[in-house]
Amino acid sequence: MPPAAPRSGDAIFASVERVNAELFTLTYGAIVRQLLTDLEEVEEVNKQLDQMGYNIGIRLIDEFLAKSNVSRCVDFKETAEMIAKVGFKMFLGVTASVMNWDADGTCCSIVLEDNPLVDFVELPDTCQGLYYCNILSGVIRGALEMVAMKTEVTWIRDMLRGDDAYELQVKLLKQVPEEYPYKDDE
Amino acid sequence: MAAIYSLYIINKSGGLIFYKGRMDTNDSLRVASLWHSMHAISQQLSPTTGCSGIELLEADTFDLHCFQSLTGTKFFVVCEPGTQHMEALLKVVYELYTDYVLKNPFYEMEMPIRCELFDINLTQAVQKDRVALLGR
Repeated sequence: MPPAAPRSGDAIFASVERVNAELFTLTYGAIVRQLLTDLEEVEEVNKQLDQMGYNIGIRLIDEFLAKSNVSRCVDFKETAEMIAKVGFKMFLGVTASVMNWDADGTCCSIVLEDNPLVDFVELPDTCQGLYYCNILSGVIRGALEMVAMKTEVTWIRDMLRGDDAYELQVKLLKQVPEEYPYKDDE
Repeated sequence: MAAIYSLYIINKSGGLIFYKGRMDTNDSLRVASLWHSMHAISQQLSPTTGCSGIELLEADTFDLHCFQSLTGTKFFVVCEPGTQHMEALLKVVYELYTDYVLKNPFYEMEMPIRCELFDINLTQAVQKDRVALLGR
């Protein structure tokens, strides 16, 4: 039986159950506000958002793989395209694009045209160090870790901080394939 | 009507996290880790590059179909020889796993699955496929 063809982000987005976008935006906003109240320090909130994203990412990846029918990506370039074209489309309904590849193909930027998390949001002066969408960087990092890639994901541009777009830098640190412990003498 | 004898789900370290069948617990755990090892060894032994392990084992009295996700979780089913559409069933089980297990916030990753919704939906999916989940 031939393997099923990989599905496009649009097709999957159309087939899954969706929730009201404003409910989603409001829920996320409530989470960030509560974290700011509980933790008080902006750096702590950034870290916590990243950790929450990580916990989401490690579970999200299987859903992504199950629904999109993709086969193993040949290289990191393909991985980045998958995240931008299929992943973001499937889960957030937004299109993203990949750019600024470095010489050895291990570092790129994912630029979001649209970002449902930040609708209606303005950062006050007291929260200037906050990466409001930091949950997204955790999600990507967590998801990739479950498919044997250790990455570092950071924000390059953030519209809430005055830039003109949302740009995430995804850097592949190393591939860590699961090795069967043949030489395990313990 | 072809029968499914048992279904196993093993985590990336080879531990059994879900079992449906008639073997007792210790035996099922043993079989699961045996399969995990055989699957890993088969990848090394394979003459083709990029082999991802055994997908089908055909024996006289049973067939074993195995699906490994890219995250290392293995889903395998032991069924009557010649049973059709087992790969499709395994994909359905994978989707049920991503929905009812992974999305349960109280489920701890890599731990045994104790999710009632997963059990219910699994039984429904298998019955819908018009094959019976039997023991032997």
